[in-house]
Amino acid sequence: MKFDGKVIKYADNVDTDVIIPARYLNTIDKKELASHCMEDLDATFTSRVQQGDIMVAGFNFGCGSSREHAPIAIKESGIALVIAKSFARIFYRNSINIGLPIIECPEAVDAINEGDKLSVDMDAGVIKNLTTGEEFKTSPFPEFIQNIITAGGLIESIKSGLIK
Amino acid sequence: MGMTMTQKILAAHAGLDSVKAGQLILANVDMVLGNDVTTPVAIREFKKLDLDKVFNKEKVSMVMDHFAPNKDIKAAEQCKMCRTFAGEMDITNYYDVGEMGVEHALLPEKGLVVSGDIVIGADSHTCTYGALGAFSTGVGSTDMACGMATGKAWFKVPSAIKFVLKGKLSQYVYGKDVILHIIGMIGVDGALYKSMEFTGEGVSTLSVSDRLCMANMAIEAGGKNGIFEVDEKTLEFIREAGGKDPVVYKADDDAEYDAVYEIDLSEIKPTVAFPHLPENTRTFDEIGDVPIDQVVIGSCTNGRLEDLVIAAEILKGKKVKKGVHTIVIPATQKIYMQAMEMGLLKIFIEAGATVSTPTCGPCLGGHMGILAEGERAVATTNRNFVGRMGHPKSEVYLASPAVAAASAITGKISQPKEVM
Repeated sequence: MKFDGKVIKYADNVDTDVIIPARYLNTIDKKELASHCMEDLDATFTSRVQQGDIMVAGFNFGCGSSREHAPIAIKESGIALVIAKSFARIFYRNSINIGLPIIECPEAVDAINEGDKLSVDMDAGVIKNLTTGEEFKTSPFPEFIQNIITAGGLIESIKSGLIK
Repeated sequence: MGMTMTQKILAAHAGLDSVKAGQLILANVDMVLGNDVTTPVAIREFKKLDLDKVFNKEKVSMVMDHFAPNKDIKAAEQCKMCRTFAGEMDITNYYDVGEMGVEHALLPEKGLVVSGDIVIGADSHTCTYGALGAFSTGVGSTDMACGMATGKAWFKVPSAIKFVLKGKLSQYVYGKDVILHIIGMIGVDGALYKSMEFTGEGVSTLSVSDRLCMANMAIEAGGKNGIFEVDEKTLEFIREAGGKDPVVYKADDDAEYDAVYEIDLSEIKPTVAFPHLPENTRTFDEIGDVPIDQVVIGSCTNGRLEDLVIAAEILKGKKVKKGVHTIVIPATQKIYMQAMEMGLLKIFIEAGATVSTPTCGPCLGGHMGILAEGERAVATTNRNFVGRMGHPKSEVYLASPAVAAASAITGKISQPKEVM
């Protein structure tokens, strides 16, 4: 999987309550969820995000609630990939399960600024910052998780017999 | 190499003799849980599999607690979707208004979780049941759908941090203060991906209610699960709840831990987490004058009978400060009834508090106590993130039921000894 996009950057401990506030969890409509994505943290997000943008953040991204609505809202808003220093564990597995690509790479996050243009090759494990010319290596997912991603998510994994 | 409590439970459910930290496994689960917010997404995913039944109708629980009694038309539609699905699948443990309670108070009370079980729940506070010596953890809706279909879940076997408890809590200090102290010490990602294992002679001095409160907030330290060593109090709780026979696992003597902390319970003081992270903890020597507008006593963290008894002891014969909206929410119908029979509800109402039907309501800013811009609440809940209880510029201070009740009386963040 390869991604080229512009960076929208946030700090540490971005929680699922600011990614999608609970007051909007009375719907499962993906577009409606996306229309409120990040609004308590960054009211400008929904108006400036463009298809293919890359979200970059600090430690413990997605902490708090188990709401899958959070990665759904991010994905539906057009974000192609999230790179963070670390992910909260439920957000991490939810992203894999719904097919939102994520990468943990603390060194890269420190060297990426808001608005930078990145080129990311997940299979090769390379994050290239086209704005600064810097390049970072990432570790690949374990095979089991790679298989879920390749199948297209957890439901597809069951359909394809990967999980019985 | 030895295994931790969590690793033993995971190995047994994956049909393996042993597992080690970092290993990816597929394990059988004993219960799959969802609520009215997460279940609708799970149903949407489950339907993609074209199945006409769940793996085991006794091993799925659905609790309508977040926005129920329905707060608006959309919430009503979500509950209706769950109700219809539960009917079609003949789900045994479907709990709607009149029977429901806050899910993590309800399942232990109904005997639906016992020691040695694996429980996955599409709610991050599913980690609560670790208090009973179960491996329980929060997952997402797609995991719930997969669990309902197959009775299985994938896990990365966690490493663990061991907390060795010793001593005994002082007066007006509770499990909530201990877990806030620990989160303040290790941070909101201090246990990221890890188990928090609670052991030591101090465990037996803690009530099961205190343990449920502590395991509940393992997620606020980033933990995969919190788990307590099983003792006679645990087994008695499970017997009284009418649960199936528990299976007791004990960590091996040579189990490896990423870190070991010794916690002297007698040294813990009343603790409050300031906005906007549960790790921003302070004790009363660092608090000063913080006026408040609202108090919430309830939730999966502190809505059990013991919590209401503590709050009533402090509020008895006193009045809440004018202007401080004080909301007491018994976590289940049974707790509500017991509190009524014990005269606790009368104490709350006479003090000027309001008593609500069971709901998660205000904890997540759903309904039944939303904060306006600039308002501050002391809450016995579990999160104080930006906008958690309402307006993004409101503030939530997390504390024990004793601190919450004392604060309701004075109108500022106060410790119980100030009013007793």
